Amino acid sequence: MKPAALIPLAIFLVLGGLFAMGLTKDPSAIKTQMIDRPVPDFILTDLRDETVTYTQADLRGQVSLVNVFGSWCTPCAVEHPTIVDIGQQDVVRIVGVNWRDERAAGQAWLNRLGNPYDIVLFDDLSLLAIGLGVTGAPESFIVDASGTVRYKHTGMVTPQIWRDTLLPIINDLKKSAP
Amino acid sequence: MRFLVIACFLLFSSVAALAQSGSNETEMRAREVGRSLRCVVCQNQSIDESDAPLAADMRRLVRKQIDSGMSNEEVIDFMRAQYGDYVLLKPPVQGNTLVLWLVPAGLVLLAMGWLVINSRRRIAPDVPELSAAEAERVKSALETDAS
Repeated sequence: MKPAALIPLAIFLVLGGLFAMGLTKDPSAIKTQMIDRPVPDFILTDLRDETVTYTQADLRGQVSLVNVFGSWCTPCAVEHPTIVDIGQQDVVRIVGVNWRDERAAGQAWLNRLGNPYDIVLFDDLSLLAIGLGVTGAPESFIVDASGTVRYKHTGMVTPQIWRDTLLPIINDLKKSAP
Repeated sequence: MRFLVIACFLLFSSVAALAQSGSNETEMRAREVGRSLRCVVCQNQSIDESDAPLAADMRRLVRKQIDSGMSNEEVIDFMRAQYGDYVLLKPPVQGNTLVLWLVPAGLVLLAMGWLVINSRRRIAPDVPELSAAEAERVKSALETDAS
């Protein structure tokens, strides 16, 4: 057989290999642009009280875990007991972003599942979500005391991710800027 | 007659369309920007054509930013700052996309080169000289034919 006859097979193998590699990647995992950038400016109301407003300044002063959730989001309900657990450990301020929700639905959801959040922002029009580059819920960000995004976790926070990834980062940030 | 009626309709409809778009520049620009931005939820659609709620919010934000006086480029740059190059439906020509942009042109060049080389070969094929024995056979065959 002529070596040239093997060219189509070689092309097939190379392409097949590339496609196989592509299959192992998650196309919805978009690399975040927000690391080491300040939380964008926002003005949002409190989920429970629409007369109370918060801005980016309210995220400064201490390290925060910012957790994006919605009552419509099934994985968020699965994740929530872990967030409640983290709240009980009282090691970091937890800020909830109630994303694309209805006020009553968001409130009812927290009443039913527990409210671990120190602040819950009501972001029905994705103003903060787009600013943070959110593509889906749940997503969680670690924001340092200066209001700078230091880490993003896409998907559910599990006890293991909290223990092995998020908590060490939070402890480091608390040490470097007490 | 029917042709005339249809022609009239076409004439007036295009004028109407022009008048409408001219009166709503924000809308036109917002749609233009929207067509170039990828919906980050359903990733093969632009935010202009996507039904995803996040795309609707991005459209709203684009309109708001255009209304506040930002240029199309500024709006696109804002989205790019939040979501990265990923949000652009047309990848920019830059270091990490050079391969993407150059490979198709390279393949066309390669194919054309291959075609040129191959066609030359066909015009002037390499025919080996006849061996002495073959020449003898041809000669004798011609002679037999002639007699």
